[in-house]
Amino acid sequence: MAKLKVPVSPADHAQGPADAPVTLVEYGDYECPYCGRAYPVVKALQKRLGKQLRFVFRNFPLRETHHHAEAAAETAEFAATQDKFWEMHDLIYENQQDLSDELLSDLAKRLKLDATDLARALETGEFAERVQKDFSGGVRSGVNGTPTFFINGQRHDADFELETLARAISEALP
Amino acid sequence: MSKILPAGTPAPDFTLRVTPDQTLSLKELRGRPVILAFYPADWSPVCGDQMALYNEVLPEFHRFNAELLGISVDGVWCHAAFSHDHNLHFPLLADFEPKGAVAKLYGVYRDGEGVSERALFVVDKSGTISWSYLSPVAVNPGADGILEALENLPK
Repeated sequence: MAKLKVPVSPADHAQGPADAPVTLVEYGDYECPYCGRAYPVVKALQKRLGKQLRFVFRNFPLRETHHHAEAAAETAEFAATQDKFWEMHDLIYENQQDLSDELLSDLAKRLKLDATDLARALETGEFAERVQKDFSGGVRSGVNGTPTFFINGQRHDADFELETLARAISEALP
Repeated sequence: MSKILPAGTPAPDFTLRVTPDQTLSLKELRGRPVILAFYPADWSPVCGDQMALYNEVLPEFHRFNAELLGISVDGVWCHAAFSHDHNLHFPLLADFEPKGAVAKLYGVYRDGEGVSERALFVVDKSGTISWSYLSPVAVNPGADGILEALENLPK
């Protein structure tokens, strides 16, 4: 059974209390349709479990398959530097079917981020290393596609339907 | 049902088609580590596709100077289309005629279904299997085991 090799740290993007009894880590790709389907599922889990759940999102762009996945991941990291990671994360998934360089720029403007700064960051690859670090850690942890979930450090090998994940999480609750 | 060849076994040599007019033999790669990734079929319908994942991890394999070969019973034309569609940067070998012969040689053929198991081998530079792993056929084994095996190779 694959285990998370990179522990959750303050460098991660997390929602929910740090001392929550369950931590759900998702390795995701912003262009992957399956991740798009998992997005509302995670939202529903968060709503249902409240403070019992901490959710962490890490980047795992499948760059050869999804041509905008890397730029989208870097855009979310750019937004994170201005405390808007989750707003950007949500907006990208909610507009996934229209994902393009133009959309990313529009979303930045919608969040009152500087689109010129974003364009420069994407061009220089300012956040590429950060994204790559997530990716490499994921590979080492046995991420085998997107999305891959870890529940309290154990890879979740079943499907990611709401009830399946909810059951797996409740089994992990002390 | 035969058993998957374990570590310490000399890797049986084979010659398979890579493209309609090209073949590849395992022994041509002697001198560097080789990863053999047997999988049941091209075109599995998920983004979690094993070959697409390895394609992304290729730079990490190359840091060990390792060569990756994907092997399934699909024919060369099927492989060509799959490889093109997924933009794969490593060879897919067609274990097509006689069907599954190489999978059988490595003890990873599924008789009832006529496809190979999801099985991984790391062959060291002298041609000996240094690690092998049989995954449940429905579970993409990821790349962590391969990287660990490459790390454990003697320098």
